[in-house]
Amino acid sequence: MDAKFWLLQAFNGVSYGALLFLLGSGLSLIFGVMRIVNIAHGSYFLLGGYVALTVIWTTGSWLLAIPAAALAIALLGLATERIFLRPLGFDVLRQVLVTFGFLLLFQQAALDIWGGDNFIINPPPALARSLAAGSLHLPLYRIFMIALAAVIGLVLWLVLEKTRIGAVVRATVDDAEMARGVGIDTSRVSMLIFALGATLAGLGGMIGGAFLGVYPGLDLDILPIAFAVVIIGGMGSLGGAAIGAVVVGLADNFGKALFPEVAYFTLYAPMVLLLAVKPTGLFGRA
Amino acid sequence: MTAKSLARIGLMALAAAFASIAARGAAADELRIGFLAPTTGPFAQIAADMRNGFQMYLDDHKGQFHGATVKFIVEDTQGKPATAVLKAEKLIKQNKVNMLVGGLLASTGYALAPVSTREKVIYISSIPASDNLTQRDASKYPYFARTSWSSSQPSHPFGAWACAHGFKKIDTIASDYAFGYEVVGGFQKTFEQCGGKIVQKIWPPINTMDFGPYIADLNPDADAIFIVPVGAGTLQLPKQLAASGNKKRVIGAGTSFDEFVLPSMGDEVIGDISALHYSAALQTPENEAFVKEYRAKYGKVPSYYSENNYTTAALIDAVMTETGGKWPGAQEFLKRLVALKINAPRGPVSFDDMRNPIQNIYIRKVEKTKMFGYPKPELWNVVIKTYPHVSQFWTYGKAEFLKQPVYSRDYPPCKYCE
Amino acid sequence: MTRQGKVLAVVLALFAIAAITPHTTPFLLLLVTRGLIIAILAMSVDLLLGFTGLPSLGQAAYLGLGAYLAAILATRFQFGLGWDFLLVILFGILLGAATAAVFGLFALRAGGVYFLMITLALSQCVWGLAYRWDSLTGGDNGLNLLGRPTLGPIRLGNDATYFYLVFAFFVLSLLVLYVLVESPFGRSLVGIREHEVRMRILGYNTWLHKFITFVVAGGFGGLAGVLWAEVSGQVSPEDVTLTTSVDALLMVVLGGPGTLIGGAVGAAIVLFLREYLSTLVPWWQYVLGGVYVLAIYCLPDGLLGIRRAPRRPAGAGREVALIGIWRRRAEPETRDKREVG
Repeated sequence: MDAKFWLLQAFNGVSYGALLFLLGSGLSLIFGVMRIVNIAHGSYFLLGGYVALTVIWTTGSWLLAIPAAALAIALLGLATERIFLRPLGFDVLRQVLVTFGFLLLFQQAALDIWGGDNFIINPPPALARSLAAGSLHLPLYRIFMIALAAVIGLVLWLVLEKTRIGAVVRATVDDAEMARGVGIDTSRVSMLIFALGATLAGLGGMIGGAFLGVYPGLDLDILPIAFAVVIIGGMGSLGGAAIGAVVVGLADNFGKALFPEVAYFTLYAPMVLLLAVKPTGLFGRA
Repeated sequence: MTAKSLARIGLMALAAAFASIAARGAAADELRIGFLAPTTGPFAQIAADMRNGFQMYLDDHKGQFHGATVKFIVEDTQGKPATAVLKAEKLIKQNKVNMLVGGLLASTGYALAPVSTREKVIYISSIPASDNLTQRDASKYPYFARTSWSSSQPSHPFGAWACAHGFKKIDTIASDYAFGYEVVGGFQKTFEQCGGKIVQKIWPPINTMDFGPYIADLNPDADAIFIVPVGAGTLQLPKQLAASGNKKRVIGAGTSFDEFVLPSMGDEVIGDISALHYSAALQTPENEAFVKEYRAKYGKVPSYYSENNYTTAALIDAVMTETGGKWPGAQEFLKRLVALKINAPRGPVSFDDMRNPIQNIYIRKVEKTKMFGYPKPELWNVVIKTYPHVSQFWTYGKAEFLKQPVYSRDYPPCKYCE
Repeated sequence: MTRQGKVLAVVLALFAIAAITPHTTPFLLLLVTRGLIIAILAMSVDLLLGFTGLPSLGQAAYLGLGAYLAAILATRFQFGLGWDFLLVILFGILLGAATAAVFGLFALRAGGVYFLMITLALSQCVWGLAYRWDSLTGGDNGLNLLGRPTLGPIRLGNDATYFYLVFAFFVLSLLVLYVLVESPFGRSLVGIREHEVRMRILGYNTWLHKFITFVVAGGFGGLAGVLWAEVSGQVSPEDVTLTTSVDALLMVVLGGPGTLIGGAVGAAIVLFLREYLSTLVPWWQYVLGGVYVLAIYCLPDGLLGIRRAPRRPAGAGREVALIGIWRRRAEPETRDKREVG
């Protein structure tokens, strides 16, 4: 257990966290603005990967697959929100059940459309290499994931903090009733945020496809981890999601490396304790 | 309620009616086979491979096993042992099947074996490979037989092969459950017996997707890495190893490079070596014919899941041929089954007295090559060495082998680990 | 329907089930037996959700605890193969209740969506144990029981006999839960569901009420678990997954929360779709998913639901309390007329 071990594990943890940020920030925003617990969020992640694969198979372009996956899942999210979730209002229990229903439907549809083979999205050769720093080998793709998550996080933060649209969103998060009172169309805000959250998940699925793969069951594998991110960071907080993602990424990495016997406990038990002490998560608002 | 859902309910009722009519019309010379596989959910594609293998044999023989009309009933286990038990009982009690075939996960195999004992109905495991089903637990399951393999069976010759080919120190990364323990355990036993050293054993949980933490932890002194990932990890582990700058040889379980995942793999697996009782690239007329027919019919190269179920159908047919198409009763059927010697696509298959196959084990190397006249170079498991007629007890003999405990996380102990 | 009418209908239905089931097909007998066990679990969820307003997303944990207890006792200690099986049932109930008592200390600190999350996290802990504690639980392979127990002349290995045992426990559970929710304690639970602050002002220890309910629900979960282990003769981590918990919630919402028997009806439907429809068609998962979605829109109060005040149109206001169906802090006057008092 030398410095190299710690450095490498930390790097791995942060890069995994970067991917989780893409997934978790959307889930967190959706909850913050709309109080929707979206069980189908993992499905958006998976479907994003499948759409990207289809684009790569037909056009051969990895770059084109990024916007295609994001856009397709954005549309899917938009439709889900408008047609199914809006009429439910702020009813968490029903949201959970409806979105679980969608999880089942998406799962079967994905199986029927793409078959059940395991796939992996091959990154362009430039990103498939690894960077040698002394005796350390850092896969370039992981560095790319960190950079991408940082850029997206920064853009989201700037939009939320510095623009009018951001102010409108923040007002809706803080007090929807009041926001409506001053003439904000909160329904449209919700729609946009849901689409944004779905976009991020779809993008995550595309980016993660090189790293976690694309396979039936990925939706349910990734979902509890996304929830852990959101729970630890606190729902509805972008900064919280970022910190939650890094914490979960690191906890998962070091947990597995140092205490392999209790790998799942290192994830869920601290979550229970945190929830018991501060039910709203580290940065969440009630 | 929409018109669509009404239509579905109507269809359901119709299907139910058909099912009950079919169940009643059991003719005298009908052989009813209940086939259990996870046809929905994460393992649906493997289930399709299994089913296709069996179905192809049936289609080749027009649904007849020497005069007996085969009624092939597929049930979905959903990958859950409890559901597998329910469906097995349904098949036995409602469809009155003569035998159960299939199962995929080891947990399903372990759940179904006691059902066969309880209901006195044959269960042929055409995939589940847990060692003990045909070793230390075999006496508990008198109606159980296996046509696939036991997990450590290919590992024993593989360990000996590794010694003979200059491997000295090896790290293992294997899924943390019985299958991983057995594959690694068998390899470790024979590899260390001939002078090799396992210097590190790492056990990631089954559904690990990011192997980063384990790869970073690998012992740098080893000259090769022995991998046993399962499920989705099968694709990720070689890829992530390559991305981490790994220059060591990669060897592993046959399932890690099975034809089921090979088409989705990249060139990073070229040169990787594994051991299994089948390879689609096996150069025999039987196998070439099998691969060509299967690929023409289903559009993909058969995996070991396909071959094992095809061969299972062939074995059942062989028994029925002996009895002239008459069902001889469960005990007599089993007795005849394990006395068979047939030539399958995988090579000659016979059985030991604990009802596990004795068969060839192939050491296979992944190569990008043209095979059987197909025009494009593809990844194939090219056979580089054949160990003929390998029993699950390798060269130790049954009595001596069964004295040791079943391979586990801690057995054999890792003497050379730091 | 009057109350007497409803009770009569339920009793008649139960008689019909007991009389007819063993004479139908063997598969249906097995299916109904499983349905009754899962119905006990669903009723425990209803006690939490329908009566107390606590949506648990982790009830599978107690099912798992009961099931693993029975399996471990049977395989390691040969305990529970005869009359001592009744003790196993008792232990299962106690283990479920005791674990719920510990979990409740954590879970009841949170409300609304956070309660959902924390119960989910707790049940994931149990799943993690079942999955990873190989030496005790058999890990991924699970544990095989040694066949169902024989109580003197009563051989539970016979499917019909086991059906009657399960049926008896189902009726007993229904009775106990019915008495519980009709008692003053049960009334105060409904009060807590509708307006916790008011109940607190009235001098009720609402935390204790919720805690006791949580423990009782855990006990019934444990009971269902022991019976579940014996029905399939096999226990695996698959029994403790998120899917089991969500299914149990759906059963209650589908059948009608706050009705007890609704959970049983929901259990029957969901189990039918999962296990029976899947023997007929390969696309059963579309139907199950469709039921999840449609049930929410077409049956807002569940099949046997009690008509409640019309639901507020979407987006009309922000729910502060997140379990919006029953807790509407924004409109206290309508709620007061409806239930409390």
